[in-house]
This record gives sequence, structure tokens and C-alpha cells, in this order.
Amino acid sequence: MRISVREWTAKGDPYVWMNAGAVAVSLVMVIGLLALIAGRGLAHFWPHAILEADYLNQDGKSMLLIGEQVEVESVPADQLRSGGVEVPPGVNFMDRWLIKTGNRDVLGADFRWFLADNIRNIRYPEGLMTLERREWGDFKGYLLEVKEGDTTVASGEAAWDEFLVRLDRALDLYDQIHSIEKTEIGSINYTIERMRLRERKLELEGEKTPQAMADIEAIRAEENAKYENLQQDLIDLYAQINRDKIVARAMNGDEVEIELSKIVRAFRPNAMGIGDKIGHYFSKIWEFVSDEPREANTEGGIFPAIYGTVLMVIVMSVLVTPLGVVAAVYLREYATQGTLTRIIRIAVNNLAGVPSIVYGVFGLGFFIYFLGANIDDAFYQEALPSPTFGTPGLMWASITLAILTLPVVIVATEEGLARIPRSVREGSLALGATKAETLWRVVIPMASPAMMTGVILAIARAAGEVAPLMLVGVVKLAPSLPLDGNYPYLHLDQKFMHLGFHIYDVGFQSPNVEAARPLVYATALLLVIVIALLNLFAVGIRNHLREKYKALEM
Amino acid sequence: MNEAVVLKAPDIDFDTPQLKRHRNVRALKDKVATVSIGAGGVFVIVAVTLIFFYLLYEVMPLFESAKVEPVAEYTVPGKGKTKFLAMEEQAEIGIRIDDLGAVTFFYTENGSVHSQLNLPIPAGTTITSINEGSAGSQTLALGFSNGSGLVVQHQYKITYPNDVRLITPQLVYPYGEEPVTLATTGSAITNIAVRDNEELLMLAGATDSGDIFGSLFSKEEDFLTEEITLEEQDITMPQGRGKLVSLLLSPDVRWLFTTNEAGELRMYDLRDRANPRLNTEVNVTEETKVVAMRFLLGDISLLIADDQGQVSQWFPVRNEQNEFSLEKVRQFKTDGAKINQIGIEERRKGFFIVSEDGQLGLYNSTAEREALRENLLDKSIRYATLAPRANYILMETEDGQLHFWDVHNEHPDVSWSALWAEVWYENYQEPEYVWQSSAATNDFEPKYSLMPLSFGTLKAAFYAMLIATPLAICGALYTAHFMSPALRRKVKPVIELMEALPTVILGFLAGLFFAPFMEANLPGVFTVLMLIPIAIILFGFAWANLPASIRLRIDDGWEPLLLVPVIILVGWFSFAISPSVEIAMFDGDMRFWLENTAGIDFDQRNALVVGAAMGFAVIPTIFSITEDAVFGVPKHLTYGSLALGATPWQTMVRVVLPTASPGIFSAVMIGLGRAVGETMIVLMATGNTPIMDINIFEGMRTLAANIAVEMPESEVGSSHYRILFLAAFVLFIFTFMVNTLAEFVRQRLRTKYSVI
Repeated sequence: MRISVREWTAKGDPYVWMNAGAVAVSLVMVIGLLALIAGRGLAHFWPHAILEADYLNQDGKSMLLIGEQVEVESVPADQLRSGGVEVPPGVNFMDRWLIKTGNRDVLGADFRWFLADNIRNIRYPEGLMTLERREWGDFKGYLLEVKEGDTTVASGEAAWDEFLVRLDRALDLYDQIHSIEKTEIGSINYTIERMRLRERKLELEGEKTPQAMADIEAIRAEENAKYENLQQDLIDLYAQINRDKIVARAMNGDEVEIELSKIVRAFRPNAMGIGDKIGHYFSKIWEFVSDEPREANTEGGIFPAIYGTVLMVIVMSVLVTPLGVVAAVYLREYATQGTLTRIIRIAVNNLAGVPSIVYGVFGLGFFIYFLGANIDDAFYQEALPSPTFGTPGLMWASITLAILTLPVVIVATEEGLARIPRSVREGSLALGATKAETLWRVVIPMASPAMMTGVILAIARAAGEVAPLMLVGVVKLAPSLPLDGNYPYLHLDQKFMHLGFHIYDVGFQSPNVEAARPLVYATALLLVIVIALLNLFAVGIRNHLREKYKALEM
Repeated sequence: MNEAVVLKAPDIDFDTPQLKRHRNVRALKDKVATVSIGAGGVFVIVAVTLIFFYLLYEVMPLFESAKVEPVAEYTVPGKGKTKFLAMEEQAEIGIRIDDLGAVTFFYTENGSVHSQLNLPIPAGTTITSINEGSAGSQTLALGFSNGSGLVVQHQYKITYPNDVRLITPQLVYPYGEEPVTLATTGSAITNIAVRDNEELLMLAGATDSGDIFGSLFSKEEDFLTEEITLEEQDITMPQGRGKLVSLLLSPDVRWLFTTNEAGELRMYDLRDRANPRLNTEVNVTEETKVVAMRFLLGDISLLIADDQGQVSQWFPVRNEQNEFSLEKVRQFKTDGAKINQIGIEERRKGFFIVSEDGQLGLYNSTAEREALRENLLDKSIRYATLAPRANYILMETEDGQLHFWDVHNEHPDVSWSALWAEVWYENYQEPEYVWQSSAATNDFEPKYSLMPLSFGTLKAAFYAMLIATPLAICGALYTAHFMSPALRRKVKPVIELMEALPTVILGFLAGLFFAPFMEANLPGVFTVLMLIPIAIILFGFAWANLPASIRLRIDDGWEPLLLVPVIILVGWFSFAISPSVEIAMFDGDMRFWLENTAGIDFDQRNALVVGAAMGFAVIPTIFSITEDAVFGVPKHLTYGSLALGATPWQTMVRVVLPTASPGIFSAVMIGLGRAVGETMIVLMATGNTPIMDINIFEGMRTLAANIAVEMPESEVGSSHYRILFLAAFVLFIFTFMVNTLAEFVRQRLRTKYSVI
């Protein structure tokens, strides 16, 4: 059956197809975006093969090239010519490879473009290794020998196994040092600082008695003694960890000595079997979610950011749930349903559409500069002039986001309450229950899934919100976690790290964007997964709820 | 045997004390619940409205006028005629120099003398003129009746003995106590000007007859002792043309400005030391007499006051040929009384006037704002000075009394015209809209025009809506009306998920992935935009012509799934041919071609990138609301239309769309509200330069991004801080109004549906 163009157009089918196209484009965009994030985020942890090749430089000399291929790009030859690269005439396009050469300390940059045509004799020798270091990024090259002090303990083929054994020992020592420095000395410093504040407080209150001072001094002396001990331990540990080093050769032929204490991880991707690679992959993912960031957040993990986000969201939900539910119950069950209530309802609804940055400005001005400064004056006099609550921090961030997400909870709860048929309420009242009892025993349990939905949506929104947080509490690198082992355990006044802000900061404020990019994708992926799960959960509850109450709506 | 069963109510006493108590407790609980939920609900609602009032509360001070209050009044300390009056930073101590050469430091709160010194003036002479160097430099040039001049500084040392602030004033002679001879004729110097910078010291003076003299010294610093020695340089001053009212030197000693009573303002170019050249000569007044001329803070603008109460502002403007000319920038009018003196603020581009009828006027030049004009005293005010922080003023009346007043003038630099109109800023060729809130120097003129930011906001929103509206509305129409229910149940959650994506992720992808990708494949982007609609139509037509056996395998309402591979293929194809297109049509580099051949500037992070990313964020908002509105159209309308023989598309256009149009309108409004307030995407996907250009290939800065960038650095309570609050307030009001309108329309629609 042939259809003529005219007939086809007359039916309006082209328009229908265009509309279908809009849906298809939207779907392709969403799924493409998710796939992009997932692909880039997940690929980063895979141990990529290291290639070795001879590269013909512009001046005709050949040099050794070692690195991972990151990207291939086809460039118009004219662009290259205008950049001063000699391109034979008649060639329109040239491929170029972005290669991660690592060795920032030796070569100056760790990512470089190379013309594909000039890369010759590509090979993947098993002896090539990647060292992840605590500073200067990755090292890529050959292991030559392992040294203890100045004596060589192993070289050649045997060196690798010896190196791994010794690296394990060094990592172990490093963990010990880290735990002493971070946890134990951190706690001592914290106690000493608290003593200083206590002394200052006594002074301000005019109660600086010798008795009180003696107590403070006793605690101080105790902490100082502890500190001396730890200091001694540290010196020992440092001596041990600095024992070993290796000699390795980089791509430009330089032989460099690397101390084992500077190495986080070592592997030879070309020599790894598929099983090893999978193991490596998951261990890298674990490192990513459980470790602290290194090198200005461009390496290592994002644990503090996850921690900060979760804690902030928890504090926020604790605040927003009762407030939102009470407001919704009031609006739906207690307030007289008149014009005023309708206006309030519309206003609350619309607050959800107010830009989040406005809430940030409000939080900064009202909570921090006004409330916070007054709280400091009243309760934290001893710490002044350095502010306690008069500066951005976890508490203000949580409260600001609680206000931001309040409309979400109110609207969802109200919707849930409205869905409960009158007959149910009236039945309860007819049996003699008071209004409060009806509410507590009948209405709220029935509406609770709706409240849950509201709170989950609020959490999903809060977890992804960054703009207001930039004003009221996040930092790029927090020295300590806002919940730790030091009294009072939950530090509401502290600044914290946040996944969303981490993406912004590492992606846009980082000195080495190229190196940081895969981590940003991985962070984004994590955030998307968390938020998608929360949303799907909320949608699931909502659908379940609708099914459940269908029977009641008769 | 039949025994009647007697049913008796169980013998329960409902009024036992226990049950009574129980009932009371329940009643009490009910009451408590009512009260506490009521209180809680009202509290939450009040707390939420607090945002509005708090923003307003922070913004209001911007538009308050200045206030002054008297603090003290006393007789002028010291003798003779006042030649100079000033206060130190804290406004605790004042300095007065009289014509006899006595310097009196006094306490401003009661006029008692702190100390008195005598200037080393040559015997038998008097001080005939005093002028200050740059505002706040505390460097004074004194002109004597014997034709010589002297440089002196008044300085204040602050110490804290016993935790109490103690201010010790002193006089310093940085270049010795020996006067410099200016007028070789020996006649009195009636006007003097001084410039003291890193390399040069220059004194210029004019006598009663209008002769101009100048002495220029270059400074040489001894490496070891750091002692500065002066070396006199030759300089020729222009010919005098009659008695002057004022004489001023520009900071780089290039320009010399003179004005006389008749209002002839001359600007001389002193760059050629041997040949001073008259650059501009203008008449600043027509019938009035000029009484004073001063530099505004920064020493670029001239303020000229006349005896009819008018002040005009002039500054040199450079044209394209690098030539300077003096231009009148703006004028301020008072009630017409003769102005006795103009004074300036040391921290802002503000000035004040005092006049014959006891009037004080406080003005800001950039904002063109009269912060205060009030007849404070019923006597002529002869001389006045503002404290460096502009929080106190000292005024000397003709009867020899000093009046010390408190000044509250927090935000004179903000006015309607400063925020929304074109302003002619110093060093600019013409009036412009500029946002530049801070700079490294102290005498910087803050440029608070909200126009570039509002423009940027609307530009970003416009491009976002341009991309989002057609996609979202068409998609929603299809989803609600044509799509098979099974697919609809799958598509809706995907779009809802799209709404939940944090904008920081969209911004990051836009800035770090899409922007460089687009720059590299610019022709590809446009090819995609052109090819996809064509491909969809072609595919649709081809599908309609397929044999029924294939066509009927796919049910109606699944078309989007068929199109997905088509779109992916076309997308891939477009980007694959992108380099070839670039070579064929744009000489191999479209970016270069745009900038050089088409003359269009190109930024990597531009409005197109923002539009795409923000469009992505806005699509789900518009989509869901439109979809709800279309889906909510009562089914009997559609069925009726179809039953009467209309095609599905006709039903859509003639029946469904008109019914649902208010809902679509509100969807677009809510989408717009979201696009206007979005922060992270704009922050990350544009260069954040506040320019006003509709060009799609250039960036912008929006109100929201500006707040995020500048708020953390802004000083609490400053004009800048409050203007950022104003920006937030504007955003709040705008989105709130737009959303309310949309909500209102939606509610009307809902009522309409229930009636149909």
C-alpha cells in the first residue's frame, strides 16, 4: 500500500512523528548522559595497558614513549599546520593520541598529545609498571633495583617480588603513622584547645581560681606527656618506613630513586591476568569510596565527601520531617479551609520554585551573620574573635537545606492526607475517638508512606544541591570529619565536604583538571546512583500507595 | 420450657473516677495537640515568609537617605582665619590651620585644644593658600604671601597605653622646613597645588594676577639610608590668563587644570616639560560665577561649584585616536544659594557642599544621588570637612562657631540610575552598563549596574527555553496522547529521573565535556540540529510506505523506540562528517572562520552550551506539567472528536491543545522560573563575564551565578553585600510571581476540567 506525500501530510502524520521524535531525543539525551557518566566513571578504575613505542619528534629524532592511551582524536590538518606542525600536503586529517605519560616530576606534565602517524613499534612489555604515589601523580617505567639504605637487595627479575613484599611493609607502617598523626595526636590537640577555651572562659567569668587552673594544668600535662610518647613512636616509625627505596627508569631514560614511603600502590598492568585486573578494579573502587583524597583532591578517594553529604542530609531530615509534617497536618486538618489557607498553600508550593541560591543568601545573612554571631556572643565568648557558629558550618547548612526542602515535604504530606477518604476519619470520630487520636492512630499511619515519599524526595533534592551550600558551609578540604571520637562527637559548627561541591571544585578549581577528570566522573556517577535510587524508591512508594488506596476510593 | 431471655445492657458505669480521668486526659491531649500543631504550623509558615522579609530588611537600607545629628558646638579654637580644617581617622582629633601659620589640634567633641604648633613660615608672611594632595594622603601644600610654598604632612600615631586608645598628632616636613620659591616675582601665592608620588614631587602655584609657577623635583632614594633627595627639574608653566579660582594637577603630573570666576576651565598638557600645551578650553558656566573646583576621590573627576548652587562633574575622556578632551559628565542642582565650599569623601566617590544659607548637601557622583540636602544652620557655612570614614562632619559658620555633627550615610553609592541606567564611569568613553564590584585600589569607582547581570540571566534562560520548550512540549503531547500506555509507564519515570539529576552534574558535563566537544565539532552540532528533524520525517514517511506485514508488527504508540536508532545513527553521522564539513565550508576551522570571516566572537563556554545544559534541566519540569495537563483533558472530548472523523492529529490540535493550553502555559512559566534561578550550570558552563551581547557564542554572567561568585567575599553590611541581597530579592520576587501566576492558571484549569 503506497501512500502519497500529500495523503500522508494531510493526516497530520509528520507532526505526530515529530512529536515522537521529541520523546526519542529526550530519551537518547537522558540515557546517553547516564551512559557517558557511567562509562567514564567506571572505566577509570580499570588497569589500562601501558604501551611502549618509538615516537618520531618534529625534529626527526626518535624518542621512547611510555604511557596509557587515553583518547584518540581526529584533527583537521589545517589546524595542526597553523599550530606550527609540519603536515605533508594533501593530508586532510590526522589522528592524535592523548597519552598519560605520568612522571609529572620528571617530564613536567602528565598528559600529552602525540601524532598517531609518528608513533612506531607499539609494544606492551610486561615489565612496565605503574606506581601510584602520594605526590607528583603516577610513575610509569621500569623497576631496576630495590635498595635498603644504600645497599642493593634485589635487581633484575627478582626485584619486583622483593619490591612488593617491602611495599606491603611500608604501607603497613604508613597506616600506623597515619593513625597516630590523625587520630591520636588530633585528639590531643583537640583536648588542649578545649583546655585553652576553658581557661579563657574562666577568665571571662572572673572565676579563674587556682583550683580550676590546677585542674586544667593537670589535664594539659597529661596530654603533653601522651604527646611526647607518640612523638617518640613516630620518630621510630618514620625511621623504619624510610628504610627502603627503589630505582626505576622513566621514559626519558632518567633513573630515579623513589622511596617506598611515597608509594601507595604498584602494579604491572601488562603482566596482569584478567582475574588480577578484576581484583585490582574492585580494590580501586573500594579505595575510591573509603579513602581520603590525595594531591589536592585529584587522586585517592572521596570518603570525607560521602561522609559529609550523608551527615548533612541526616541532620537535615531530622529537622525537616517534623516541621514539614506539622505544617502539612495543620494546613490540611486544622486550619479553616478558606481563601487564606489556599493562598498559603499556593505560596508554600511556590517556594519550591524559588532558586536555591536565594536560600543560600538567606542562610548566610540570617543564620550565620545574624543568629550565629549572636549565639557566639552569648555562649562562645571564650573563642572570640574566631567565630564558632558565626561562620558557615554543618548546622547552618542543614537548616538552610531544611528550609529549602520544606515545601517538598509539606506538599507530599498534604497530598497523602488529602488522599485519605473522609469516611475513614468519620468512622474513627464516630467511634468516639478524639481528633488527636484519629490523627495519631488512623490518619498519620495511613499517610506515613506519603510522608516517607516527601522526605525521600527532600533528601534527594538536598543531596544534589550545591549552590546554597557554597555560601553556608562546604569546603574543598575539611581537616577532620564532623562526627568523630572527640567530645562532643558531633561537631555541628564544623565545615564539611560534600559530593556535589567536590565535583564543582575538582572539576573547575583544580590545578590538574586532566588528571582529576576521571575522578569527577566517578564522583558524579556515585551521586547520580544515590539520587536515582532515592527517587526510584520514592516513586515506588508512591505507586504502591496509590494502588493501596484505590480500594478505599469508592 | 421457654424461658425468656432478657437482654440487659451490661452493667458498666461510664462515670467511674478512673474513666472520667481517662476522658479528661484524652480531652487534654486533644487540646494540646490542637494547640501545638496549630502553633507549629503557624510557626513554620511564618518562618518561611521570614525569607521574604529578611531579604527586604537587608535591602531597605540601600534606599534610605542620609541622616545628620548635632553632637557639639563650640567656638573655633585658635586665632586668625581658618585656612584648613580636617579630622583624623577616628574623628576624635581635628586640625585647624589659620592664615598666621598656627596649627591647632583640638578634640572634636568639645573643642578643647590638644596642642598648638607653629609652622615655620618665613617672617612677616602669611599663609595665602592651602591645598591638599590626594584625598587621605594628609599632605598639604602651603602657599605664602612672599611667593614661596611648603609641603607639610599631618600625621596621627595611635598607641594603646593601658588598653586605651591614645592618638598623638604631629606635623612632619617630608622635604624639609625650608620653603620653595615658586613666584619669582615675590607676589603672594593665592592658589597652590601639590603632587607627591613615588618618583616626583611637584608644586604649582598661581598669584593674584594669574601668573602660574611650578617647581618639579625628581626623587632619588639612597640605597643605604633610604633617604630621599630631591633634584629640581626644569618645567615651563603655561602663560597666565587672569586670576584663578582654582588650580589642580593630575596624579601623573600630566594635566594642569585651571578655572577662573568666569567659568573658563582649561586643561593643559604638561607632558612636554618645555612646551605646555593647552588641550581643552571650555566654559563651564554661562551666567554664573565659579566659586570652587576640586578633584573627586581618585583625582580624575573635577567638581566645579558655582554661586547659583550648581555643581558639575567633568573628566578627561580619551577617544579612539588616543586624544583627550574634557567632558561634562553630570550636574547636580541645589536650591540656588551660593556654594561656599565643596568637600570630598576619602573612601567613596562622594562629595558634599556647604552654602551661604547654611545648607549641607551630601552627594554621590557615580550614583548621581542626592543623599541629603538640608538647611542645618541658619548662618552661612564658611568651611566644612568630613571625617575620613564620612561619619562626622565639622562645619565652621561665619560667626566663628564650629559645629560637630554625626553623619549616617551608609549607601549613597546606590540609586535607581546606578543599578539600572547607563552610567558614565571615569575613564570610560561613554555611558555604559557595567558590573565590576571590586578592584585592588582604594579609589576605585564601583560599578553596580545590574543590567548586564539581568541581561545575562534572561539570555541564558532564553536559550535554555529555546531548546527545552519545543522538545518538552512536543514530547509531552506525544506521551500523553499518542503513546501506548505500556511505554508511557516506562518513559515517565525516566523523565522524572532526569528532573532529579543534580544540576552540578549537568554543569560539570556541560563545562568539561560538552563545551570542548562542541568547540571541536562545531559544524557537527549544527548538522545534528538540521538533520534530525529531516531524518525523522523521512523515516516516518518510509515507515508509512512499508508493507503492512512489517508495519503492523509494531503497535501504534511505539514510534519513539523506532526513532531511537535513527537518532543515534544521524547523530553519529553528523559528527563523523563534521571535520569534512569544516574543511569544505569553513576552511578547516569553524571557530577561526567565525571570528575572522563572520566577525562573531567565540568563547568555549558560551550561551549555546548553557542553553543545552540548562535546557536539559528544564525539559523534565515542562514535560511533566504539560503531560499532566494534556493527559487530564477529559477523554470524552477526544473520543467525540475521533468519532466525528477527525484524525488523531486534528483532535490533538483542535480539541486537546486548546483545552490544555493554560496548563502548557503554566508549564512554560515554571520552566522559565527554574531557568532564571539556576546557579550551578551557569556557573560552570559559562565564563562568568558580565557582558551584554546576544551572541550565542559568547558567555554571560547571571544574577544567581554572580551571587555565588561574589557573596562569600563581600563585606557584611557594605553596599556590595546589600546589592547582592537585592539581586537575590529580585530573583525571589521574579520566580515567586511567575510560579504564582502559573499555579493560579493551573488551578483554574483544574476547575474547568471538573466542570466539563
